[in-house]
Amino acid sequence: MSGKHGYRKRARNLLDEAEVEIGDIIRISKGEETYEGALIPRAELSDDDHLVVKLKDGYNIGILVTEELTIKKTGKGSKPKFLCPPPPPKKSSLPKVVILSTGGTIASRVDYRTGGVRPALTANDLYSVVPELSNIAMIKTEILLSIMSENITPKHWEKMAQQISAHIHEGTNGIVVAHGTDTIGYTAAALSFALQNLPVPVVLVGSQRSADRPSSDAATNLAGAVRTAANGPFAEVVVAMHETVSDGSIIFHRGTKVRKCHTSRRDAFESVNALPLARLKDNTVTMLADEYRKRDGQRRLTSKPLFDENVALIKFHPSMNPQIIKWHVDKGIKGIVLEGTGLGHVGSQCFADVKKAIADDVIVSMASQCIWGRINMNVYDTGRELLKIGVIPLADMLPETALVKMMWALGNTENTFEAKQLLTRNITYEFTPRSVFSQAGGRKNES
Amino acid sequence: MNLDYKRLGLKVGLEVHQQIDSDEKLFCACKTKLFTEEPQITFLRALRPTQSELGQVDAAAFFEFQKGVKILYEASHDTSCLVEMDEEPPHELNREALEAVLVVSLLLRAKPVDEIHIMRKIVIDGSNTTGFQRTCVIALGGLIKLGEKPVPIQHVGLEEDAARKMGGKGNLRIYRVDRLCIPLIEVTTAPVLYTPEEAEGTALAIGKILRATNRVKRGLGTIRQDLNISIRDGALVEIKGVQELELISSVVRNEVRRQLSLLTIRDELAKRGVNPNGVEEEFQDITAVFRKTKCKVIREAIDNNKQVLAVNLRNFQGILKTELTPSIRFGTELADVARFWGRVGGIFHTDELPAYGITQEEVHALKRATNAGQDDAVVFVADISENAVDALKAVTMRAKEAIKTIPQETRVAKPDGSTRYMRPRPGSARMYPETDIPPIQISHEYLQRLHKDLPEMPEHRLQRLMHDHGLNRKLAKQVSNSEFSNLYDTVVKNSEISPTLVAVVLTETVKALKRDGVEVDLSDAQFLDLFRLVEHGKIAKEAISDIIAWLSKHRGATMDEAISTLGLDTLSLDKMENLIDTLIEKNRHLLVERGEKAFGFLMGLIMKRVRGKVDAEKVSNIVKRKLEDVL
Repeated sequence: MSGKHGYRKRARNLLDEAEVEIGDIIRISKGEETYEGALIPRAELSDDDHLVVKLKDGYNIGILVTEELTIKKTGKGSKPKFLCPPPPPKKSSLPKVVILSTGGTIASRVDYRTGGVRPALTANDLYSVVPELSNIAMIKTEILLSIMSENITPKHWEKMAQQISAHIHEGTNGIVVAHGTDTIGYTAAALSFALQNLPVPVVLVGSQRSADRPSSDAATNLAGAVRTAANGPFAEVVVAMHETVSDGSIIFHRGTKVRKCHTSRRDAFESVNALPLARLKDNTVTMLADEYRKRDGQRRLTSKPLFDENVALIKFHPSMNPQIIKWHVDKGIKGIVLEGTGLGHVGSQCFADVKKAIADDVIVSMASQCIWGRINMNVYDTGRELLKIGVIPLADMLPETALVKMMWALGNTENTFEAKQLLTRNITYEFTPRSVFSQAGGRKNES
Repeated sequence: MNLDYKRLGLKVGLEVHQQIDSDEKLFCACKTKLFTEEPQITFLRALRPTQSELGQVDAAAFFEFQKGVKILYEASHDTSCLVEMDEEPPHELNREALEAVLVVSLLLRAKPVDEIHIMRKIVIDGSNTTGFQRTCVIALGGLIKLGEKPVPIQHVGLEEDAARKMGGKGNLRIYRVDRLCIPLIEVTTAPVLYTPEEAEGTALAIGKILRATNRVKRGLGTIRQDLNISIRDGALVEIKGVQELELISSVVRNEVRRQLSLLTIRDELAKRGVNPNGVEEEFQDITAVFRKTKCKVIREAIDNNKQVLAVNLRNFQGILKTELTPSIRFGTELADVARFWGRVGGIFHTDELPAYGITQEEVHALKRATNAGQDDAVVFVADISENAVDALKAVTMRAKEAIKTIPQETRVAKPDGSTRYMRPRPGSARMYPETDIPPIQISHEYLQRLHKDLPEMPEHRLQRLMHDHGLNRKLAKQVSNSEFSNLYDTVVKNSEISPTLVAVVLTETVKALKRDGVEVDLSDAQFLDLFRLVEHGKIAKEAISDIIAWLSKHRGATMDEAISTLGLDTLSLDKMENLIDTLIEKNRHLLVERGEKAFGFLMGLIMKRVRGKVDAEKVSNIVKRKLEDVL
């Protein structure tokens, strides 16, 4: 960003001439009107024609830059300085938790002078913004990435997995990964496959309301994630989010079974075709799943952090052009997850290209776009035909998890046969053997 | 008590808020109405005070957060969606509301800003699910005249209304989010109002201008004033939520009186040699004193394993019962801070005892236990230890303040014009941009269009109704203030019917019907229809009241149904002449006998049969003509 924070052209020239910096007090005159206030940065994607000032009463307004407009600097802005309260005394008896941040703003403070939101990243910062953390665990923080979650790739999963395993080898009671919610499900699945034989919990945590607002779910989710990483009885990769639209409980979804099912609600995440693993309420963790990997500090972690990105997830739809499959095969793709309709179908127009892909040693598997329920390709002719062609049905696995698992399987072996075996073996609860009634559908009926 | 307010240095600034009558809420498509049924949705939240870059948090908000204050929100499907629940980002700013505020801005001669930036203003008492109120400046500057006195308008804003407080107990507060996000217009004046009357007069003048736009809601709860009041040597006190404009002068008078009384108390305490450092902060557990008490409140507390904690305010005897304003004593102020900071139901103090079932013996015993002499006042509360300690801490803090000064605080207005402690005054408003909604530009062309079509200012309208329409002053005023003001204009503009008749129907007839218990509920289209029928002689004006009443009672019925059910179809001229001829024939004798009185007699006979079906004047003309032949 330039020194003039988003100002260009005439606005920029006027500010330069008057030697004005962001935060300085300026008087703007235009015809009979004068405005006085602090200069505020202009959002990058806004037009070039307006100056934004914060008036004395705290309101921002935009002033159209006209020919007659003049700017005079009347006061120097003070640089914002954050007076971090002294860190709370370290309680060495508390469990140790490492918080890795990847770019989602899990905690932040607002600069009311300019409206800027600054993430809190150091342990002391976090203690001051979420004071209850200091009574839960001894925290170590590390900034791993600073990117939006939609920009996270398998390369980043590898980096995360390596860092987490390094911290676990050093000795920690649990890991928390702060992550943007859009792709947190993919990352959770990736870490589930990459970090096997976990001795301690790895808790991914996000928030659906930005951390700058008093109603944010960020701090509650973070505190819940840290508490569970420190003391939870399980040793699996989970996603921690609000269970309902109320602030009462935090729910922990298994990394391979979790999906973002709502664009904006606090309780956007669901365990699909499975019960959530655990719930935190009134500072107590309750296990909900019958079977889980128990915490065991002595267990040796097996790290398999490699992924092959040369895999595609293709959603079938009416009138889909099978050339899409062909294009991928021509580009040398190694695996395709078809997100088919219903029990696991694609239109017959795709059969030839699927056949060709499989003949070219591409692994083609099937997950359902219904989200809830299980693939069964024996019921209809289409399914039987696809099975005969060699499409691998993936039972009740989520399409996104299937994609990640395919990347992981191909990252771990060059051999197609071995990769197929990995793909269909239940590695970390990605398959549920029984479809239990209560897990059969979403619960977001009310909106 | 008549006070010289100018000499006292009274300064009042006004913030007038009124709900805009838009179809939809400010940031979503929900209806702008409230619900009275049981809530269909509830959810529980806590608000966390956010830190600013300077590491400051709102002390009162942080205190409440630490104490685990939770907010239970109530909602209905009709009046709220995920936006009010803070489960979905806001939609775009409602343009109908924006236009209403722009019109008011232009009427107030304020200058609309070129580009509107919506801000988040931190409000953390639970009244906003987000923890902030979305608000923006629409126009700056402006002026209204109060007689000869110019009153500068500082800004005209648009903001979302807050959730309604429905109650609460201990650590729980209950808010209803139906009102949240209803658009509110905000008009603020400079603090240049120097008497209670000026403050009220200005508010009334602003209120009239708002109503002149015909774009604001009416009724209790749709308008709320905040007042900033100070006097020389006193404190700046913010009073929120004055619900009626007519209450403003008494609120101001009461606040001045309250501050003067507090200054008197300060001087009295100084005379007694009370020193802030001398105020005790040690609280005694005096539960034992009340082991056998007949006082219900204390009995219940002790039975529930709570304790009675007391503090001795040395040399405060008599101060707590000193009246500040009618119904408010210094003890009330102590009780209010104890409630706010200690979440207790209230306090007891020796200035008001023995009473409430507490005996003289118990008073003696508690004084002994707290080592209190006859010049002292003992304050005590019965609650769980944590709350009792917080409450007494607040009481001693307030007592210390009383020795030195009047605290700056936010108070809430009560319907009787008194005010009660609400919370300490928050620091300067903490605002930052609402990044979910892009800035909105106001084009010059749009403003010019609005300028061309501005509603009349109230005074101008009054003059026009009197001069151009020939209404008398009373009727003109009634029409101007009426909810049918717009409809009146439409009818008069589009018909030849007498403006006075339209005015009488829309004000007095409607009022009379309401008085008789008829809930007048006709659409503008129905009213127009009705007046057209009168204009074209299809019904007589005498029938209007009956038709309005019938249509109000039969919602969904048509005008034709009303007329035929009520038997109000007008008679054709032929039929009427026939009727008159018949009656004359029948009564020829009598008519001749009566001579000059025959007219009245005949009119009576005829009108009995045709009332409501024909205009009386027409009948009278025909009767006169026909009688001339007979007599």
